[in-house]
Amino acid sequence: MDQDLIADLFRQMLRIRRFEEEAARLYTERKIGGFLHLYIGEEAVAVGALSVLESKDCVITAYRCHGHYLARGGSARAGMAELLGKATGCAGGRGGSMHFYDASINFMGGWGIVGGQLPVGAGLAFAQKYNNTGGVTLCFLGDGAVNIGPFHEALSLAALWKLPIVFIIENNYFAMGTPLSKTAPTEDLAIRALGYPMARDTIDGHDVFAVRAAVHTAVRRAREQKLPTLIEAKTYRYRGHSMADPAKYRTKEDLEHWTQRDPIKTLGDKLNALNLSQVRERITNEVEEEIMDAVKFAEDSPFPDPSTALDYVYV
Amino acid sequence: MSESSQAETAVTREIPIRDALREAMVEEIERDESVFLVGEEVGGYNGAYKCSRGMLDQFGARRVIDAPIAECGFAGVGIGAAMMGLRPIVEFMTFNFSLIAIDQILNTAAKARLMSGGQLKCPIVFRGAGGAAFQLGAQHANSFEGFYAYTPGLIVVAPATPHDMKGLLKSSIRNDNPVVFFESELTYGLKGPVPEEEYLIPIGSAEIKREGSDITLVTWSKNLFLTLEVAEALSKEGVSAEVVDLRTLRPLDTETLLTSVAKTHRALIIQEQHLVSSYGAYLSHVITSQIFDELDAPVGLISSLEAPMPYSKTLEQVILPSKERCLEEARKVLEGCL
Repeated sequence: MDQDLIADLFRQMLRIRRFEEEAARLYTERKIGGFLHLYIGEEAVAVGALSVLESKDCVITAYRCHGHYLARGGSARAGMAELLGKATGCAGGRGGSMHFYDASINFMGGWGIVGGQLPVGAGLAFAQKYNNTGGVTLCFLGDGAVNIGPFHEALSLAALWKLPIVFIIENNYFAMGTPLSKTAPTEDLAIRALGYPMARDTIDGHDVFAVRAAVHTAVRRAREQKLPTLIEAKTYRYRGHSMADPAKYRTKEDLEHWTQRDPIKTLGDKLNALNLSQVRERITNEVEEEIMDAVKFAEDSPFPDPSTALDYVYV
Repeated sequence: MSESSQAETAVTREIPIRDALREAMVEEIERDESVFLVGEEVGGYNGAYKCSRGMLDQFGARRVIDAPIAECGFAGVGIGAAMMGLRPIVEFMTFNFSLIAIDQILNTAAKARLMSGGQLKCPIVFRGAGGAAFQLGAQHANSFEGFYAYTPGLIVVAPATPHDMKGLLKSSIRNDNPVVFFESELTYGLKGPVPEEEYLIPIGSAEIKREGSDITLVTWSKNLFLTLEVAEALSKEGVSAEVVDLRTLRPLDTETLLTSVAKTHRALIIQEQHLVSSYGAYLSHVITSQIFDELDAPVGLISSLEAPMPYSKTLEQVILPSKERCLEEARKVLEGCL
């Protein structure tokens, strides 16, 4: 296996992990307001999926969006500044944790209403097809989104209009605090693709290479055949739904089952096994430096001028 | 290209509103590759109200797209496409069904620009029939323009005449913001003068549809025609009423509104919405807070009565603003004894 690829995937995942660990710390220091939904544990899904994209492709997701933003190449500085509500943030301090954007890299948000991003994602893909750009859209959602109307409407339109889109369910087994067993009649969520119909796949979301392979196939289907795919990546969030949630609804054993297979640890071990522990150490140090620089940048940045409160309402 | 009003332009032909709307869409689709029409029945059926007659044949299925009954889905697709630089015209068969898509319109289209710190824009038009028609029953007779006008980030347009419909729809399609554009089932067949040559009407411009000096009647959308009848009836009582047709609700043409009321010193607002939390109540606030000293009487306001619309015509007539109810209220405003 390509050593550079392993090193890069390790770096991307570690970057998200460390970014969010620092965000959690800043949240407890009350430097971050509102909600903070952490992606910790699920990094292999965003990193694996986005690693197969081209620059013309689009990414859209829900409110647990830091990981996708960073994996797409979003600046850690601008992301951290956004969390602190600073003018230098990736949305100028207007978005916050749930609404990261960077249109220059086709990272299209960052949306806070469960399921609302799905029809919009289909619209991004619609435009890619309309303009014949050859681009595709990756649209992420949680397992909590598969029961809401827009999920159904977006998938049926994507199948009907043959849109170049890949819907990726990040099934972390909990819709906020409610377990999947109470929200879905079967643990198989990808099966819902059958009715539209569209291609489907179910993968281990803790295995970054499995995610990469599945999304690569789906992206090719979208790009070449203009056909959608529904992928279910089974994963786990180590933290609560948001920082306000101590996650007492699950067992320690459950959590340990997943943390023992932690994707970052797995890839780090793989680097060691390949006699690349020095590479691992160098990347770890570089990531640490980048994240601490981002924190300093965010803390040193100015807040938006109050006189700009009405900016960006209309063009 | 001219920015014209009916008064300034010599017009020889009269066309119905559905044709004025179709001309606006056809001209803009021809003009700009990024414009397309999507909605239920817009293609093969030629539009539920025939506003898109012949357009599928003319432009093909890439530009005129029949959608399944999935308002949230196709509104959201339009929004995503708009964020990518396209200019969708999303037709709701009526705005009653837009509630299925209201999260997309209020939470996505209206907020994309702000939430992205100005990186995204959403040049999209949501258009269709709003308000009551004849005996459509409670679920098909809603006046939702106030719902949409409530939301910063949206532009809300509600014209009445064929001329205004065409000029404002063209401006709406060219606007870089999300526009909610209200028409009326009752007036798609209503004819009026529309110039042959191309013209635009700027968004945010009200128009005095009848000049007068004793009282200002303020309205929008199809209630313009009721209001003109009220003005005519008042003239027979020796009262000179001025009629302000707002045409756009957000942004409000405050200057035209206040200039008229400051001239007549009396105002009566005629709306089809219910009174509670309505746009008319907001207008009353604008007038009283900004030119209180100019007023010789409290601002009058005629609304639909506070009940879901009953089916039977004798009941529907009671709920909706009527000429008699408007005249009675106008007389009270004129006497200064609301």
